[in-house]
Amino acid sequence: MYNYQEFDRAFVRERVEQYRDQVRRRLDGALTEDEFKPLRLMNGVYLQLHAYMLRIAIPYGTLSSRQMRQLAYIADKWDKGYGHFTTRQNIQFNWPRLVDTPDILDALADVDMHAIQTSGNTIRNVTTDQFAGAALDEVADPRPYAELIRQWSTDHPEFQFLPRKFKIAITGAVEDRAVIRAHDIGLQLIEHEGRIAFKVFVGGGLGRTPIIGQELVDRLPAEDLLPYLEAVLSVYNLAGRRDNKYKARIKITVGAMGIDAFRAKVDEAFQRLRAAFNGQDLAVLGEIQKNFAPPHYVEKSHESYFDALDGDIGFREWVERNVSPHKHPSYASVTISLKGHGDTPGDATSDQMRAIADLAERFAHDELRISHEQNIVLPHVAQADLPAIYRTLRSIGLATANIGLISDIIACPGMDYCALATARSIPIAQDIALRYARREAEIGHMQIKISGCINACGHHHVGHVGILGLDKAGVENYQITLGGSAGNDAAIGEKMGRGFNVDELMPALDRLIDAYLALRLHEGEIFAETVKRLGTVPFQEALYVIDQAA
Amino acid sequence: MARIKAPVVITANDLLTGEVVYLDLAHRWSPELSTAKVFNVIDEAEDELATVFSEAVVIGAYLAEVSTDSKVTPRHYRETFRHKGPSNYFHGKQAVQDAEVAA
Repeated sequence: MYNYQEFDRAFVRERVEQYRDQVRRRLDGALTEDEFKPLRLMNGVYLQLHAYMLRIAIPYGTLSSRQMRQLAYIADKWDKGYGHFTTRQNIQFNWPRLVDTPDILDALADVDMHAIQTSGNTIRNVTTDQFAGAALDEVADPRPYAELIRQWSTDHPEFQFLPRKFKIAITGAVEDRAVIRAHDIGLQLIEHEGRIAFKVFVGGGLGRTPIIGQELVDRLPAEDLLPYLEAVLSVYNLAGRRDNKYKARIKITVGAMGIDAFRAKVDEAFQRLRAAFNGQDLAVLGEIQKNFAPPHYVEKSHESYFDALDGDIGFREWVERNVSPHKHPSYASVTISLKGHGDTPGDATSDQMRAIADLAERFAHDELRISHEQNIVLPHVAQADLPAIYRTLRSIGLATANIGLISDIIACPGMDYCALATARSIPIAQDIALRYARREAEIGHMQIKISGCINACGHHHVGHVGILGLDKAGVENYQITLGGSAGNDAAIGEKMGRGFNVDELMPALDRLIDAYLALRLHEGEIFAETVKRLGTVPFQEALYVIDQAA
Repeated sequence: MARIKAPVVITANDLLTGEVVYLDLAHRWSPELSTAKVFNVIDEAEDELATVFSEAVVIGAYLAEVSTDSKVTPRHYRETFRHKGPSNYFHGKQAVQDAEVAA
């Protein structure tokens, strides 16, 4: 993991003190809300339906045990004993008091964390593959580059007031687990003629205008990353629209300009900027890379692991679902599901956070990851330790073996918390998970993603089944999209037809799933493959069979 | 957007806590919807809203439609959730109301 230097610590502490003074001036009336709002947002403090919300950055989803314990401490001392891990690999606390937020930021600074640039029209937290540095299919570890981008973009004077927020995702693996083509910039590390390079995508994004990112350059030498990103951002900063926030994202700029014209402008800016970097960025990258050396792997006897596989069905199912291959042959990566049937997707109690921190410290080289799918990952675990990890997780209610199944749902906070939402997401996710709990192994791999408004924080556009909650004449109403994909074949789902009211939604999903089970060629053909093979029409007919009968 | 219809109350969030509050008959901000001042004429509500909008103790004041059949209740589900709390945990106003009943 990246270790903060004195410079980082001094910068974060200074921002906390600035913010503390801003809160003081707001409370004594020296600042109006209009003046204060952009200042609190710069520090991750939002106002939601019931209370303030603090969004804390977890850089590229990476946490140490100490940091996780501090999040648990914050949850207990200033919130309601839990935290919500988000689709951008961050954590949100839903109930802080404004007056306490400077103290919370101070507590975060104690463990080298902050909430800077988790809001506003800036470059947000860079997200990445939750298995970065561990994945078997990895070409190169994306974390040093993500950290380089974090350092470059934090408080970057030119990019603090972009036309709109800006999200970058990066993967170093063959399989895209970071949904890079649904980001303003998506970066894929590749190897070309023995050297590391980037494939760069631009103009992806979900929200009210969902677009899959287009390829901007197929082989950018890794050493050119920062000047090239700076070129893209500088073109967008000048050409992006500021007159209409719904037309202000880079995807609209690229669409209006055309990818070739946009590329030409970026290339022009790149030639100018490249010289200015002078190799200083590469020296910084070299220092950063020292922080991301592989852990000291330990060889252990596998006897207890194989015994448990043979003798414990629950353990075997959990290994099949929640354990991923590791680049080291006797290691694995464990995904801890935060999707217990009926639980709120992405939520963890303070006790669970502490227990997970203990596991990471004891078994996982002190590392934790947050996935964009709102689960927690132990990236480096000796296979021999899997039985002990499973037993501990089971004792704290976190051994649900459902990764990739129908109950492993991405859901935004929706109208239970979010001031922008038009309908609730969480109860829909809870209902689906409970309804299909006994059938999910039969149903197999299926990604359901739920958003409570058109802003699409729940990534519904790229779900195999997407559910979008809307307000239809004062009633919560849910639109279904099918055919979306978040992987290498990223695709925007197709809207199926009229939305369903709450009492219609579950029967509609029943019909959809029954249709899939009847239509699939064999048990191994997953839902997305059946939709791809047959198109959406048979499923549309299943969803709206009642309309046709009427 | 459809024009808001009376009866309405004035609601906002408390500056210190973010809690949902309502303007009451004594022109104080109260967490209780039951004591909120109900406006039956939109123009009067908008005039009062203009006077409280920039008050330092609350954020984002606006008009919310209510029903007044037997008691004051929100008309839109968004306001119902604001008045009650989230549906996934027993937090927010519902917990406070429950504690008061128990006491």
